[in-house]
Amino acid sequence: MTTQPINQTKDEVIHSNDDEIVKIDNVSKNFGNVFACDNINLSIHRGEFFSLLGASGCGKTTLLRILAGFETPSSGRVLIDGVDMTDVPPYQRPVNMMFQSYALFPHMTVIDNIAFGLKQESMPKSQLEDRVKEVMALVQIEKFAKRKPDQLSGGQRQRVALARSLAKQPKILLLDEPLGALDKKLREQTQFELVNIQERLGITFIIVTHDQEEAMTMSSRIALMHEGRIEQLDAPRRMYEFPVSRYSANFIGLVNLFDGHVISQDDDQVLIQSNQSETPLLVRYSQQLTSGMEVTVALRPEKIRIINNADDQPNRITAVIKDIAYLGDVSIYHAELASGLRIKFTLPNVQALAEQPLTWEQEVVLGWQADSCSLLTQ
Amino acid sequence: MKRWLTTMSERGHGVVVAVPWLWLALFFALPFLFVLKISLSEPQLAQPPYMDMLRYTEDGVMSIIINFDNYLLLWEDSLYVGALLGSLKVASISTLFCLLIGYPMAYAIARSPNHWRLPLLMLIILPFWTSFLIRVYAWIGILKNNGLLNNFLIWLGAIDQPLEIMYTPIAVYIGVVYSYLPFLILPLYATLVKLDPTLLEAAADLGARPFKQFLKITLPQSLPGVLAGSMLVFIPVMGEFVIPDLLGGNSTLMLGKMMWTEFFNNKDWPVASSLACVLLLLLIVPFVILRHFEGKAVEELE
Repeated sequence: MTTQPINQTKDEVIHSNDDEIVKIDNVSKNFGNVFACDNINLSIHRGEFFSLLGASGCGKTTLLRILAGFETPSSGRVLIDGVDMTDVPPYQRPVNMMFQSYALFPHMTVIDNIAFGLKQESMPKSQLEDRVKEVMALVQIEKFAKRKPDQLSGGQRQRVALARSLAKQPKILLLDEPLGALDKKLREQTQFELVNIQERLGITFIIVTHDQEEAMTMSSRIALMHEGRIEQLDAPRRMYEFPVSRYSANFIGLVNLFDGHVISQDDDQVLIQSNQSETPLLVRYSQQLTSGMEVTVALRPEKIRIINNADDQPNRITAVIKDIAYLGDVSIYHAELASGLRIKFTLPNVQALAEQPLTWEQEVVLGWQADSCSLLTQ
Repeated sequence: MKRWLTTMSERGHGVVVAVPWLWLALFFALPFLFVLKISLSEPQLAQPPYMDMLRYTEDGVMSIIINFDNYLLLWEDSLYVGALLGSLKVASISTLFCLLIGYPMAYAIARSPNHWRLPLLMLIILPFWTSFLIRVYAWIGILKNNGLLNNFLIWLGAIDQPLEIMYTPIAVYIGVVYSYLPFLILPLYATLVKLDPTLLEAAADLGARPFKQFLKITLPQSLPGVLAGSMLVFIPVMGEFVIPDLLGGNSTLMLGKMMWTEFFNNKDWPVASSLACVLLLLLIVPFVILRHFEGKAVEELE
């Protein structure tokens, strides 16, 4: 809905052609009165790394299970590569899934686990062995080939699960919280590995996660889900910079929100009066708004600068520092406005032994550009 | 005081461990030694009906007399070998039928919705609330020539002569399978209910149809339950006396009946005891071998 030009990422350029591999057409799924998916329309491009992001219970896992064939939608259709798959059982879909619990077969060795899918399509033995070796090399688990799942560490199991789901060269790989069980360091490392593997194989990855950082790091596009609906569908950068609603703004990263109403609009600049700010706020926004309309201004903490009176900033506001959290790379400051609203802003810690530039109860003038914040109409 | 408490708690630990050992020694090992002793003695017409192992010979020498005749007799007389084979046959076939009937039942209960499982399990256990003997007698009422089953079939017009089931091996199989089925279902259910349903989803996802999923995922993982349940049926059926006696009459030759006859009809305690020893040996040896291989498999894993 926003039209600001931003730098498009590599993936967006590649997938700007409309080569659609998944089409989710008006899909709803209800369990009794509860709608896990509420009239979802979604189109996913070939070769994309797509994330379904959301808090638990938002319906993301149900949607993934509908794609895998474990759930049948209550209404709507699912097309995979142009073919209607709505009523096709999971064992006939060109889709493989990596389970959150990994679901490795405990009575089989790593090799047998990986070969399981290939054996179902009765592949010749030599070809099967080559293929198994290939995927084991891809995720570097050759050393554990003869082991059983309970003799592997969490990270190794995760790799086996990935290899098993890749073995059949599916058109789409579905990943349900694939990194959820790993510790932080391993998770970060594995994120990049997953992206590398995805780029090398060119398979479409659809990943379910509740971790916004994970979704931002890996995906070309993110669908943020909330109460069974898609709240926002965008590339990670746009998702962060231009949230469409209070919910998306809050879900991804830290944000300051000012409630107010439109005073005037001039070209692509909107002036907003907010009870929470002593001065009107100026936001860049190009769509037509009516005067008096209720809106919310979303401002990310790192967009805020400390300014002096000489600086020419369209938005300036006086605040008193109340809290400081030192995080290493940055510090987060909590500052109170005259209206009582507390806002957060971050400053990088450039020097190792610099004296704290700000202290408690200090009064500061904060400023930001009109295009540093975004305007929410819902 | 503190030291006293520590030593007491250490002793307490020892006592706790000793209880099962003491129990086994007192109620299993000791009686078994008596039976073993009797099996190695000579029969006589007296009370008790066997000769002591320790005997004074005339010149004041005490001798231990071990008599292997009973065991030789078991080997040489085809009657006993026949009884053994009969028991093996009945136990094997009954276990097989229990599996064929019990596996689907255990599977169905394990896969049924949560709130259904307990009532269904109760139905499996319910017959135990009636005496075993009464239940076997009830089968006589059902199976005999003018019993419920035959009357019903005649009333239906399916047959005009009553089926001869009572006092045939079929009656024994019916009785045994009926009585021992719960012992197979319960451990099998316990194994099946613990299986992770996502494994089946994973198998389906990888292209396995439902039957293949069962064959490759559920069945191999339920084998420990199958084994435990089968043993709980096979072992007691090997020595079963009541069911073949009441339902089988003279039609089936089994070890349990043989022992009864030797003890009470022929008053030949030594032969009966040696039969008991042979049965125990036959049941323990495969069990030990099995445990040995299981232990090895576990070691290999570690």
